[in-house]
Amino acid sequence: MNIPVVNLGAILPAIMLSLFGIAIMVAEPFVSDAKKSWLGWLAIAGTIAAMLALAPMSRQAGQWYTNLWIVDSYSIFFHFLFILIAAITILTSMNFLQREGIHHTEYYALLLFATVGMMMMAGSNELIMVFLGLEILSIATYVLAGFRRTDLKSNESAMKYFLLGSFSSAFFLYGVALIFGATGSTNLIVIADSLRSGDPQTSLVSLAAALMLIGLCFKVAVAPFHVWAPDVYEGAPTPVTGFMSVGPKAAGFAVLLRIFMTAFPTLEDRWTSVFWIVAALTMLIGNVIALVQPNIKRMLAYSSIAHAGYIAVAVAAGSEHGVSAVLFYTLAYSVTNLGAFAVVTMLSRSEDKLVNLNDYAGLASKRPGLAAVLSLFMLSLAGVPGTAGFAGKFFIFKAAVQSGLIWLAVIGVITTVVSFYYYLYVIVQMYMRDPNEEFADVRTTGPLKLALAITIAGTLYLGILPTRFLDWTVSAAVNALR
Amino acid sequence: MIPLNWYLILAAVLFVIGVLGFFIKRNIIALLLSVEIMLNAVNLTFVAFSSQRGQISGQVFVFFVLVVAAAEAAVGLALVIAMYRNRETLNVDRSNLLKW
Repeated sequence: MNIPVVNLGAILPAIMLSLFGIAIMVAEPFVSDAKKSWLGWLAIAGTIAAMLALAPMSRQAGQWYTNLWIVDSYSIFFHFLFILIAAITILTSMNFLQREGIHHTEYYALLLFATVGMMMMAGSNELIMVFLGLEILSIATYVLAGFRRTDLKSNESAMKYFLLGSFSSAFFLYGVALIFGATGSTNLIVIADSLRSGDPQTSLVSLAAALMLIGLCFKVAVAPFHVWAPDVYEGAPTPVTGFMSVGPKAAGFAVLLRIFMTAFPTLEDRWTSVFWIVAALTMLIGNVIALVQPNIKRMLAYSSIAHAGYIAVAVAAGSEHGVSAVLFYTLAYSVTNLGAFAVVTMLSRSEDKLVNLNDYAGLASKRPGLAAVLSLFMLSLAGVPGTAGFAGKFFIFKAAVQSGLIWLAVIGVITTVVSFYYYLYVIVQMYMRDPNEEFADVRTTGPLKLALAITIAGTLYLGILPTRFLDWTVSAAVNALR
Repeated sequence: MIPLNWYLILAAVLFVIGVLGFFIKRNIIALLLSVEIMLNAVNLTFVAFSSQRGQISGQVFVFFVLVVAAAEAAVGLALVIAMYRNRETLNVDRSNLLKW
């Protein structure tokens, strides 16, 4: 009997994160409450190990495991991004969990498992694998959203996320079943080949693609499938909100691009026009409703919807420039938004009580450093030159114009101008209002400072010297489109 | 021999029943069941196509879906219990703390 040689190198980062996640769960009962944060550091060690494992993975370019899994610079880029997101989220969470008295270390394990799910989504070449990755990610995130068990808002947030998440997964899966029926395969490349060779059942294929699109649009929270996002983001524990606003979104777009670029190039003119409408609608709705939000978590939720709209512009552009703009923007947006959520986590104090925008009044006179950092993130989200957000938006609108989507770019620029109002409003509150309180109980601790240092450095680096990462995203885009 | 289309129509009808149930029902458990009906409609589609094309892979996918559905149900019921303990109702219309 032949025992097949399993190439572990191609999935080494995912293996690393899973092992560390399991180790954390096994170790939890043996660690006293005072030393729980050690397991947080163990999770950080896991992300570092996964980051190191990217090197052997990148040497295994090609398709593996009967073409289930694909290693190219596109999937490696997303692996890098997901590990980074996980690491920053863990650093942000360590003090939060202690402060809220919910220092159960399953939290770290669930975060690592969610990251494994995202990796499976970005690296898979097969729709059933995508579905499994999606569910690994989603189920872990449902629990994380409801992690504050006794809090009604957290319960409600988790419940809404769970119901709409499983509802949308069913749509995605129905699309997979129909495409299986139409082409006899769930492998993206086989699907593309059989569609090219002139399949008669175009209506079935279109229906399948539409159902998959609906499922994924729910996951990335673009209009008209965005209604769950503000409620879920507001009620979830703040670091989890930060994670949800970047991780599943980046993974969703990774998979969306992979599926539609690889499997449905024959339907390209149809889905680009769908994305045109989705992008325009999402940018308008996200930015306009964000204007009237009194709660910063809710404001950032609508802002994250708006940013998904910008990414959808690049998806609609569809070209190599569009794909590379998607990759660059997800990175820039993730770094910035995680930084903003780290500051919000710190300032919201126990039980996330102080999350209204007027709770930030006068922060600059009491805690100038924190105010400056939050201002940087707000400026980057708005897209001020010199920050990551500007570089990202620039590449997106450039790709849109190059693909002839002039009006979409115009809508994008106008809504960006609108968005300045609500981002700058935070800065106005911090710098031009009198403080209501001393902000004495806002404590910055080691892990949080580290998270802020990474996100500040990333925001400035991507804003001022984007070329190195841009080269990477361009080569990844070329790779993915080949 | 029952033609393939009949299975597909049955699956589509089941899926639509699930979707409608999700929008009409107000009890969280009923919503969970609606999602399960949708997933089982998908399973039926997989099996029908699999037997029509003579490919076993479609039936294997059903097992994956069953496992995922079970995991989802476990998490979903845990969330239901957490919610019931704090609120003592399972009506989704009463879950209205979060809105703009």
